[in-house]
Amino acid sequence: MKIMVNGQERALAAPVTVAALLDELGMAGKRVAVEVNQEIVPRSRHMQFQLNDSDRVEVVFAIGGG
Amino acid sequence: MNAPVNNLSDALVIAGKTYSSRLLVGTGKYKDMDETRRAIEASGAQIITVAIRRTNIGQNPNEPSLLDVLPPSRYTYLPNTAGCYSADDAVRTCRLARELLDGHDLVKLEVLGDEKTLYPDIPATLKAAEILIKDGFKVMVYTNDDPIMAKRFAEMGCVAVMPLAAPIGSGLGIRNPYNIRFIVEEAKVPIIVDAGVGTASDAAIAMELGCAGVLMNTAIAQAQDPVLMASAMKKAIEAGREAFRAGRMPRKQYGSPSSPLGGTFFQP
Repeated sequence: MKIMVNGQERALAAPVTVAALLDELGMAGKRVAVEVNQEIVPRSRHMQFQLNDSDRVEVVFAIGGG
Repeated sequence: MNAPVNNLSDALVIAGKTYSSRLLVGTGKYKDMDETRRAIEASGAQIITVAIRRTNIGQNPNEPSLLDVLPPSRYTYLPNTAGCYSADDAVRTCRLARELLDGHDLVKLEVLGDEKTLYPDIPATLKAAEILIKDGFKVMVYTNDDPIMAKRFAEMGCVAVMPLAAPIGSGLGIRNPYNIRFIVEEAKVPIIVDAGVGTASDAAIAMELGCAGVLMNTAIAQAQDPVLMASAMKKAIEAGREAFRAGRMPRKQYGSPSSPLGGTFFQP
């Protein structure tokens, strides 16, 4: 299956949870916020939340800005 | 004996929280994280704005994260919606920020209307403010220097109204002090000049006009010496505030001697 992560296509061999995806991206334990198809996925649900084919995932963090 | 006015407590209160500093600063455009940290420390600011971006954008893997360098336990974070040109994008950004910052609900709403001027899109800003307030956010809203809009935003429940002094990043200073004065006179919530300040005197003028505070980024970050400018801004904000509270003397057209006219020894 294929999903979009931060605007880039990503192929997955098997369905994964948000937590597993973050792990794969090297962001496990990092302070980030996740949105799937424009809905927030709270941190408390990362372990359960299953990603589906063609989901659009955004992973964001805080950077310098005015 | 009367106590001097400036001995009274003069804290800034936003959404029920008290701040001793009236200078709010952005964290963008610095050379590196170390310069960011040093400038923000020198500014004495307690409220700092941050942007919300994709994790694969604008990050240097060798640099510590902003949240490590400027811990949210020490600073009040003010996530912004910079770069949003629609109400929907601004609302999404605020919801992501709230999730990122563990339920923190204070946000700086800006919905831009034009890339050249970075002026706010007021209808879209109104729409976003309405959704965000309903959703429990405490909205500090970036707007133009229009007294009617400032009043409208306060009435609808924004916790602070932040009129621009001049376009974002322009450093042109307060282009319409009369409008800022009108806005302050009618204010039911803190009025914070946001954007356009270029140097310390601009910040002092904003405070002398009676503004509750000033939010700036570029004026500090793009100074030749950002840490020194941050210190200058801190003093300008304090000086301007004290001058406002002290109440300036009336302007006169002609001279008025400061020394007594009588008692001179050279008079016949």
